[in-house]
Amino acid sequence: MAKKESTFPNMLITLLVITFASATSLGYVYELTKEPIAQAKLNKKIEAIKQVVPTFDNNPNDEMYEVAMDNGFILELYPAKMQDSLVGTAVKTFTKNGFSGEIWLMVGFTPDGSIIDVSVLEHKETPGLGTKMAEPTFKDQFKIKNPTSYKLSVKKDGGDVDAITAATISSRAFCDAVDRAHKALLKGDNQ
Amino acid sequence: MNFMQNLTKGFFKENAVFVLLLGLCPTLAVTSSAVNGLGMGLATTFVLIMSNMAISLIKDLIPDKVRIPSFIVVIASFVTIVDLSMSAYLPDLHAALGIFIPLIVVNCIVLGRAEAYASKNNVFNSLIDGLSIGLGFAFALTLLGSIRELLGAGAIFGINIPIFPVDQSNAPITMLMFILAPGGFIVLGYLIALINKIRNV
Repeated sequence: MAKKESTFPNMLITLLVITFASATSLGYVYELTKEPIAQAKLNKKIEAIKQVVPTFDNNPNDEMYEVAMDNGFILELYPAKMQDSLVGTAVKTFTKNGFSGEIWLMVGFTPDGSIIDVSVLEHKETPGLGTKMAEPTFKDQFKIKNPTSYKLSVKKDGGDVDAITAATISSRAFCDAVDRAHKALLKGDNQ
Repeated sequence: MNFMQNLTKGFFKENAVFVLLLGLCPTLAVTSSAVNGLGMGLATTFVLIMSNMAISLIKDLIPDKVRIPSFIVVIASFVTIVDLSMSAYLPDLHAALGIFIPLIVVNCIVLGRAEAYASKNNVFNSLIDGLSIGLGFAFALTLLGSIRELLGAGAIFGINIPIFPVDQSNAPITMLMFILAPGGFIVLGYLIALINKIRNV
């Protein structure tokens, strides 16, 4: 078959047909992957909640409630219940103070407000430095601490948290996010 | 060029990273670990094969003056398919590779092969070309990622390799710089020098 001439109608029709075909196939793939993507996201969230609160038998995702913070941010709180009594609350929190971009954490609290555990959902910190915040050596120091008596800032700033070597900014951001989660929990309790 | 030459050229003779020096931005950015390099390489391979085949199929239907926009639309469609499928079925890898999956669209290797090879050859040869260049790219990325992960984190594919002394808490004392950007440039520089030496012998 001979190559098509570069006339105006030829070019117009070619581009129309190609874009139409690609749009159709993309729409189809989008429909096909919509469910699994939502499912994968939900699984990840439930997995994170399970890590930071004691065993529960309700569906925290269905009982999720939102707490609006003073500066307009809205945090999501997931109550975990065992036989209808509250055993813990997972708070999905974030900070914009990270070394590069936002950091999202899931923080679990006991009903009296102590931290159970922290799980890192999403971050863009420097590999090998800021990424160490997801490792037990750093995040385990928050375990069984009550932020009303435990100062959530790094030792350099007069707090109680041991910062990661060469990643003070990430450590500060981590503290900021945990602190925000704690404030949201207190605010949610008062509502 | 015979079949075997076509199949193997991507690894040494025309390796995209080491010889053609194309697509260096994702190369340096994602190879902080071996598994990231391999994932990125395979995603690019898939896009290369599919776009090479599609472009080779429709090459006679595209007028010369609009060939570049047409190629880009075809490539972008396949990249979006990879992006969506990965976030559906491999969410962890997708999170690790982040922005670099959508950026395969503007990877010069993909458009380069479409323009230089697929638009002039038949479907089967274009498929082999895409496979060869793509796997060569994956090979380069995995090699780079392995060396950087080994020197910077003391592991390959997440498996610890005890070549470094350990500190009090039993964590290996590694050269962190190799995981960061400067380490990427240094390792790539040495690899290019080495591959060129081998090629010239």
